[in-house]
Amino acid sequence: MKHTDYKDVMVFCEQREGRIEKVSKELVSKGRELADNLECCVRALVLGHDMKDDLNELIHLGADEVILVDEKELAVFMTEPYTKAMVQVVLDRKPDVILVGASTIGRDLAPRVSARINTGLTADCTSLEVDEETKNMLMTRPAFGGNIMATIICPEHRPQMSTVRPGVMTLAEPNTDRIGVISKVPVKFETTDMNIEILEVVKETKQKANIEDANVLVSGGRGVGNPDKMKSLESLALRLGGNVSASRAVVDAGWIDRNNQVGQTGKTVRPDLYIACGISGAIQHLAGMEESEFIVAINKDETAPIFDAADLSIVGDVHKIIPELMKILPIHENEQ
Amino acid sequence: MNIIVCIKQVPDTTEVRLDPKTGTLIRDGVPSIINPDDKAGLEAALALKDEHGAHVTVLTMGPPQADNALREALAMGADRAILLTDRKFAGADTWATSMTIAAAIRNLDYDLIIAGRQAIDGDTAQVGPQIAEKLNLPQVSYVDDMKKDGDSLILKRVFEDGYHRIKVQMPCLITTLSEMNTARYMSVQGIFDAYREKEVETWTYANIEVEEQHLGLKGSPTRVKKSFTKSVKAPGKKYDVDPQQAAQIILENLKEKYIID
Repeated sequence: MKHTDYKDVMVFCEQREGRIEKVSKELVSKGRELADNLECCVRALVLGHDMKDDLNELIHLGADEVILVDEKELAVFMTEPYTKAMVQVVLDRKPDVILVGASTIGRDLAPRVSARINTGLTADCTSLEVDEETKNMLMTRPAFGGNIMATIICPEHRPQMSTVRPGVMTLAEPNTDRIGVISKVPVKFETTDMNIEILEVVKETKQKANIEDANVLVSGGRGVGNPDKMKSLESLALRLGGNVSASRAVVDAGWIDRNNQVGQTGKTVRPDLYIACGISGAIQHLAGMEESEFIVAINKDETAPIFDAADLSIVGDVHKIIPELMKILPIHENEQ
Repeated sequence: MNIIVCIKQVPDTTEVRLDPKTGTLIRDGVPSIINPDDKAGLEAALALKDEHGAHVTVLTMGPPQADNALREALAMGADRAILLTDRKFAGADTWATSMTIAAAIRNLDYDLIIAGRQAIDGDTAQVGPQIAEKLNLPQVSYVDDMKKDGDSLILKRVFEDGYHRIKVQMPCLITTLSEMNTARYMSVQGIFDAYREKEVETWTYANIEVEEQHLGLKGSPTRVKKSFTKSVKAPGKKYDVDPQQAAQIILENLKEKYIID
């Protein structure tokens, strides 16, 4: 394999119901940065049917070309047709780098694609850089619960593939003056490609705003005590215009839905404000929130590891402090 | 029906603490467990066996001490256990690992292959789908519920914003979530059988058909260039004051950071 045959950064742009996922936009932004360094193009790959979003938005964020495969078989995610379409485009365009959002779709698709084209894949990267000497990607990811970081390379194989979790890369400011092309690429499917049958698609509407998008998170841990007491966290979150999230212990106990879990097996968040209430701060939890802009930790145990990650540490009882805070915090417009 | 469950022995990371001085992990005395997502897969296989009858084989690739995880699986009710172990397998990334496991599975009869979604020590979620690709099988990952329907399975496949109910014909590979079920305990008779009656078969490079250049570190497309501990940021101020004062301090800080007006 000649490395010089492979160039450009390709970003798999995930769509759900015709709308591009935020993580994909973050990766197009990051892809632009890498491509500027590598002096190459960013190609955004969209697999779907009847797209609702304006794909020019991907160009404004940094793509030079949007490759759209618009086929009815790709409307809803299925592993095999998505793999087939992506592999066809990848073999044709020969990108040097492929970035995929580490969603429940990306983490299903990317390994399947990497196995089919026999290249390496690095999961959940938190940093992507170019090695100035070799021009290889330096893909850094947390290992073993998030405390040890490992920088991974894929020196002999192309493309170099990585997945990146939502919220890790920064979304660029769109530049509406940027120009690029949108190319339509057809892919033909056989009946054997449709090797699973989707009987039912269920959207869970009970879920409130995604915690990954929240500017403020009030997060509860085992130290909150019981499910009823989560309510005081909700009222504090409401007053601050934010959402409630939780540690794994609270989710496992069934006090709150799994969609609200922060940490290694949950979501990575970086709100402007993260208030950790009764969370001891296991390394798996810290891995999911330590990039937050400002972290306030409230815990009775003055030795709790969460205090090492906090910008402001309060030793005390959450259920005594929150009522005092509610007395003095200004009412939020959403509360009426 | 033949079911193969791929499991991994992992350190119980919930027991891992940090050395406050060096910032490194204290691994001494940390117990090893069957990876939680894999254990749910094993339980799902055993539940199918209870209901419909099945032969359940557990398979792991790892060092000789992974024998313990296989004995636990036997004690829970698995029928056969295979330990894939060889120095040639060492240092494998997910591509080379799936190559090795897929090669072993080619020597076995199967209708269903189950792997946990991801291991708590690596968190990649890659080996399951990569095995499916190498065996050219349909895959359904993130499975939270499973029922058998003739020679098909009806599965609940979870996404961030909902789920799909999926029908897939066997043979196929699924990856399971730990929240799918609560695994059974080992029975006393099961433990007895696991150590006295049943055996763990050891398979090495000699037992599988795969080119040596595709194994272990040598066969891995990815390499660890370096590893390091995260730099620890200086902790912020700590206050141990009465609740009223604490609330006031929080308010002042939020104002200072322009989080509230």
